[in-house]
Amino acid sequence: MSVIEPSEFMPGVFSQANAARLARQASALPWLAEQRKAALDKWLDTPWPTRKTEDWKYTSLDALVQGDYSRFSDATDAAIPASLYTIDGLSANRLVFVNGHLATELCAGVDLTSSSAGDTNDAAIVRFSNATAEQRELIQQHLGSSASLESNPFTALNAGWLEDGVLFHVPKQINVHKPLHVVNVTTAAAQPFSVRQRLLVVLESGSAATVIEHFVSTEEQQCSFVNGVTELQVGAGAQLNHYRLHLEEEHTIHIGGVYVQLQRDARLESFLLGLGSLLKRIDLRVQHQGPGSHCQLNGVYLPKGRQHIDIHSTIEHEAPNGTTDEIFRGIIDDHAIAVFNGRIHIHPHAQKTVAELSNKNLLLTNTAEINTKPELEIYADDVRCAHGATVSQIEEQALYYMESRGIDRQEAEVMLSFGFINEVLNQRRLEPVRGLLRPVLATWFGRDSALTRHIE
Amino acid sequence: MLSIKELRASVEDKEILQGITLNVKPGEIHAIMGPNGSGKSTLGYALSGRPGYEVTAGSVTYDGKDLLAMEPEIRAREGLFLAFQYPVEIPGVSNMEFLKASVDAIREHRGLEALDTVAFMKLAREKSASLGMDTAFLKRGVNEGFSGGEKKRNEILQMMLLEPKLAVLDETDSGLDIDALQVVAAGINALRSEQRSFIVVTHYQRLLNFIVPDYVHVLAGGRIVKSGGKELALELDDKGYGWIEKEVA
Repeated sequence: MSVIEPSEFMPGVFSQANAARLARQASALPWLAEQRKAALDKWLDTPWPTRKTEDWKYTSLDALVQGDYSRFSDATDAAIPASLYTIDGLSANRLVFVNGHLATELCAGVDLTSSSAGDTNDAAIVRFSNATAEQRELIQQHLGSSASLESNPFTALNAGWLEDGVLFHVPKQINVHKPLHVVNVTTAAAQPFSVRQRLLVVLESGSAATVIEHFVSTEEQQCSFVNGVTELQVGAGAQLNHYRLHLEEEHTIHIGGVYVQLQRDARLESFLLGLGSLLKRIDLRVQHQGPGSHCQLNGVYLPKGRQHIDIHSTIEHEAPNGTTDEIFRGIIDDHAIAVFNGRIHIHPHAQKTVAELSNKNLLLTNTAEINTKPELEIYADDVRCAHGATVSQIEEQALYYMESRGIDRQEAEVMLSFGFINEVLNQRRLEPVRGLLRPVLATWFGRDSALTRHIE
Repeated sequence: MLSIKELRASVEDKEILQGITLNVKPGEIHAIMGPNGSGKSTLGYALSGRPGYEVTAGSVTYDGKDLLAMEPEIRAREGLFLAFQYPVEIPGVSNMEFLKASVDAIREHRGLEALDTVAFMKLAREKSASLGMDTAFLKRGVNEGFSGGEKKRNEILQMMLLEPKLAVLDETDSGLDIDALQVVAAGINALRSEQRSFIVVTHYQRLLNFIVPDYVHVLAGGRIVKSGGKELALELDDKGYGWIEKEVA
């Protein structure tokens, strides 16, 4: 494999080294060739984002440029402990990808070899490459409509190097009780490599489903760049409960996003948990396209060490009577950097919109950094809209109060930090997901395992 | 139990306590009264070890040990309790969890077995009911959105659960209406014993109708300027603090 110069990175991933592979992809999904070509052109035309690019002001892509991520991994043989890809107490249809490759033996409840999961009244979980003619039509109709090529260059990259993807289709009035659990595992490798992931969820009118996206890594020593793009189409009156859990370790890079379109009276509940890593940038974009749709967008980010995490959320109220309830909390430790950009855009026709955005941050050290920026753009006159961002440190007063009751300082700090995000976690509907997060948070907060009893 | 000798303490380089001497024996109740700004709250904070309250001279012996050498949480575990005049709000940490953590810490220090969660919750509910607190307050964040009176009851609830040897009550009566005052006083009186001592800091004599002190001390300008029996409180209530300040001037 040839080594490329960092400056050639962008064309580099599509350089000769990968030309053969790209050609294979083109033959794999010929019916998406046109879309892919357009995306590729867009990517190659887009100037490389720098700190002077407004959307990338606080996030440097140096880490991505410095590694040569122009390869994809072939390795799927790593032993993956079940604790990484299962969630205790959760009965789910599970898909597991290892370094971007489907690990069939780790999946559960899903038959991906069949293009139709049962009769047409049922929900389908299918890979693009196995899609029926009807499903292909559905994919062609929806793929890239919410994750537009304009939204972020890495969305164009994802579409440009698309090899395969997963479609979760829920027909009208169907309530899928079992959550879809999509796990993306990255493993350690000697050389840097890229992983692309694409999920398309189409909920037709009146349907309901739960989707858990779960990103993990096997060990600390990672050199993977994951480019994960998810599109959620929530039809009229449909309800989607969505989780995106970024639990990857230190050395991973993830640049990706979740793009949502809500039709009339659709409801989305979405929760994001982001541990930090070398570089993490997640875009969340929700379009209220039909009137009366509701979106509850919650999240917690917890970078520490020298980690970096950047969350960019955009809510587009394009139709009247929509509601948005957005709460993000961050705890930033050590020398870590977090970026939260929360934009709410209320279009001229979106009268009677009620939108609230709250972003609170707790800095545990004076070297931790948060860049928070709420942005409101309101072009309708009859709306209620509120936003607020706060940055604070653990209050000495509260610490002393707890100490004066016999609680030692370390324990008090854990209780106060956890208390800061507990409210957001407690609202999660799925108890098994809370159960999954408890030990993760315990490790995060608790230098002393006895203190984890507070993580409940 | 407690022996304070010539205690001087400063806040932001301003000397607030200018030589306090006070001895409290087991089972005694001492009332400390005085005008605003006389140093009453500072005394409580200095005893409990609040950061920023710097002891510059003097000594405090508690149960035969050097109190001032201990960290605040060790003082608490050794049985010192300060009921705050302005209890701190801690959103996100449930009152029940907070109470359990403190009771656990103190029981562990005393070599007692930890209470299991169910038993503890039952105990906390019983004690809060005895103070006329709605048990919903146990589920809420510590003091979060509590009224002044509710916060004071919550302080007494903590005291009941922690069973201190020496309790310093800093203006526990302020912000309480007469009914609440009686409930809180009954809670305090129920804890009175031959081993347990109290220092009751108050601006008004009212509380002392319900919690009858053995001694009353008047604090002015950072010193105890007059000491006497419970009748001194009545005199102060009658005449105000002006005459004392004149007398010692």
